[in-house]
Amino acid sequence: MSKYLKVATALVLLGSPAFADGFGLGRVALPEEIAAWDLDVSPDGTGLPPGSGDVLTGEEVFADKCAVCHGDFAEGVDNWPKLAGGWDTLADDDPLKTVGSYWPYLSTSWDYINRSMPFGDAQSLTADEVYAIVAYILYSNDLVDEDFVLSDETFTAFEMPNQDGFIIDDRIETEYSQWVREPCMENCKDSVEVTMRAMVLDVTPQEEVEASAPVAAAAPAPAVAEAVQVVALDPALIEQGEKVFRKCKACHQIGDGAKNRSGPILTGILGSPAGVVEGFRYSKALMEMAEDGLVWDEESLHAFLARPKSFMKGTKMTFAGLRSEDDLDAITAYLASFAE
Amino acid sequence: MTDDKTSPSRRAFLKGAAMTGAGLAAGQAAAATPDPLITEVQPWASGLGDGVDATPYGLPIEHEADVIRRNVEWLTADTISSINFTPIHALDGTITPQGCAFERHHSGAIELRKEDYRLMINGLVDRPLVFSYADLERFPRQNHVYFCECAANTGMEWAGAQLNGAQFTHGMIHNMEYTGVPLRMILEEAGLGAAGDLADKWVYVEGADASSNGRSIPMEKALDDVLVAFKANGEALRKEHGYPVRLVVPGWEGNMWIKWLRRVEIMDGPVESREETSKYTDTLADGISRKWTWEMDAKSVITSPSPQAPITHGTGPLVISGLAWSGHGAITRVDVSKDGGKSWETARLAKPGEKMALTRFYLDTEWDGQEMLLQSRAIDETGYVQPTKAQLREVRGLNSIYHNNCIQTWWVRPNGEAENVEVS
Repeated sequence: MSKYLKVATALVLLGSPAFADGFGLGRVALPEEIAAWDLDVSPDGTGLPPGSGDVLTGEEVFADKCAVCHGDFAEGVDNWPKLAGGWDTLADDDPLKTVGSYWPYLSTSWDYINRSMPFGDAQSLTADEVYAIVAYILYSNDLVDEDFVLSDETFTAFEMPNQDGFIIDDRIETEYSQWVREPCMENCKDSVEVTMRAMVLDVTPQEEVEASAPVAAAAPAPAVAEAVQVVALDPALIEQGEKVFRKCKACHQIGDGAKNRSGPILTGILGSPAGVVEGFRYSKALMEMAEDGLVWDEESLHAFLARPKSFMKGTKMTFAGLRSEDDLDAITAYLASFAE
Repeated sequence: MTDDKTSPSRRAFLKGAAMTGAGLAAGQAAAATPDPLITEVQPWASGLGDGVDATPYGLPIEHEADVIRRNVEWLTADTISSINFTPIHALDGTITPQGCAFERHHSGAIELRKEDYRLMINGLVDRPLVFSYADLERFPRQNHVYFCECAANTGMEWAGAQLNGAQFTHGMIHNMEYTGVPLRMILEEAGLGAAGDLADKWVYVEGADASSNGRSIPMEKALDDVLVAFKANGEALRKEHGYPVRLVVPGWEGNMWIKWLRRVEIMDGPVESREETSKYTDTLADGISRKWTWEMDAKSVITSPSPQAPITHGTGPLVISGLAWSGHGAITRVDVSKDGGKSWETARLAKPGEKMALTRFYLDTEWDGQEMLLQSRAIDETGYVQPTKAQLREVRGLNSIYHNNCIQTWWVRPNGEAENVEVS
């Protein structure tokens, strides 16, 4: 005990790495372990793996894996981040900060996409896919032509438009120097008027009394399962549906061990009444339709997944919709293969 | 868990407050009839309560069910990458209970067992090391109380008075007693000789969750007071606060307090990660943005009375209470104004301010039933005085998002209700 205290005190007092022996805790990290975790990429390109990707490949990968939240043209769906546009808006009343208009370094987008995207399926992209996605994002910002190829070799040559748009924290000069002073205590101003009221905007969340009641309890599940004609389980169609489901994976889980995420668990959805997954907070729109008896059969799922927002005005689901009938059939077959 | 008594909505509550606010005179009045709560034997004074094992881990009594974190749905796209708010309007003292301390996740609160936990130190070190959770508990450890404030706290108020409640305007903050190991000790275990001159070196810290939220911290701070913490308020960290291990970066913005800390890399320069370029940078009126604005400047807010905590007792003795804090050191003084900043009186600090920790202040006063424009103004040990919103806007414009430490105004009406307003 006393030995530890002495060492601790010495570390604090000397403030130097003199205690090379230290406590002898931990073990040496293996090169494979460092390689697995040390993925960060710096502005000078340090950390970039070899690889390359072009705009057109990027467009495909983006449509498949990113567009569900960020939009086909990186314009952003609902409240999800817009990645393109906003050029010359930073000094406006309502600046639009995108990769193109704001981000100072290209390395940041490569690094972030590589380690954290797609949302809900992070670290699933290959290096080439990341290069391609970044190339497409640059293209969607009108920063490169459609024949542009991004690679570890061309990477550092690219300069972002807002690279010089940042200064290091200058509060010491611009603020602290003004605001360190003995403050006024009496007669500090002639008059005081209320100039703005929060009640006028009225955007504060109100207590929702119904929020505490478990959703499932409100609607006892009617025995409808047997009435639903489940599509014949065609293995090829299911396999095709599994691919289509990639578009859903950012928000939904299905099968063993599935949990609610941004969207509810989808296990057993075919034939189930709407709005009954325990612990998921549905939109008001969905709960209203559930109360009116909405059941997720083949027909309603098709209609919803084809055009979510027109089928259910006010749905929380940000997905733009599946355009092809084949995809709709495939996804339905895939969902049907996960019975409760 | 919940019984079927529905808690009254906030509006109904405010109405109730308005009724009791009228007509109560100061001074001790006689009761018209004896109080049955006193004169009649109550069930709890006659029967028995719960046994000792009724709640092996206790939660607040059901009557406090409204003291909870709350979310503002329209702020973010979904709740996985989002934030909620500490109910500061309903708390007192300075320590925030973990169960209602605000949460901010970028990829959701993950479940990481101590057995599965690893901390890697690599980069410019003499020997890259991996520590288990058990290893961390064998270093000499320290206890410190620190506030953690999200840089975006009060960020919705730049353009005007917007959210009506201290929880929503100032609730991205909590204050806990942390137990942990100085980062310095862990870095020195790996050896800093390889880093050479430490003056221009950085540490990059990252979490184990899918967001891989990573931030670059200058070596000087890393070796100063940064803590690798595994306990808060005496017990294990909660999942939502980074169980089993998080970084504590005293006085600096909450985004740097990496949760589920898995790696610290000694580097030549900052990584310029997503969270330190595209976010957590402060855009000024001319479109130029400040970066590396790490310190949280001195700030305060009156927590009661406030929109969610109206005056319900009528005129007479009134306790005005609030919180003050500074990322630059200890709070030395808090002034309170009842007239929107025309005149000020100095409040009483419950305890002398402590460095980078919340300080509770009280103004024990008499309310005459007239309307008040309540404000508080914090002063820290550097002499910095919390600015008005007008002062902040003059320097920064309206689009900084982060680091809004303006003086807050609550308009208290004769019926005791309070509203978030701006004044001239």
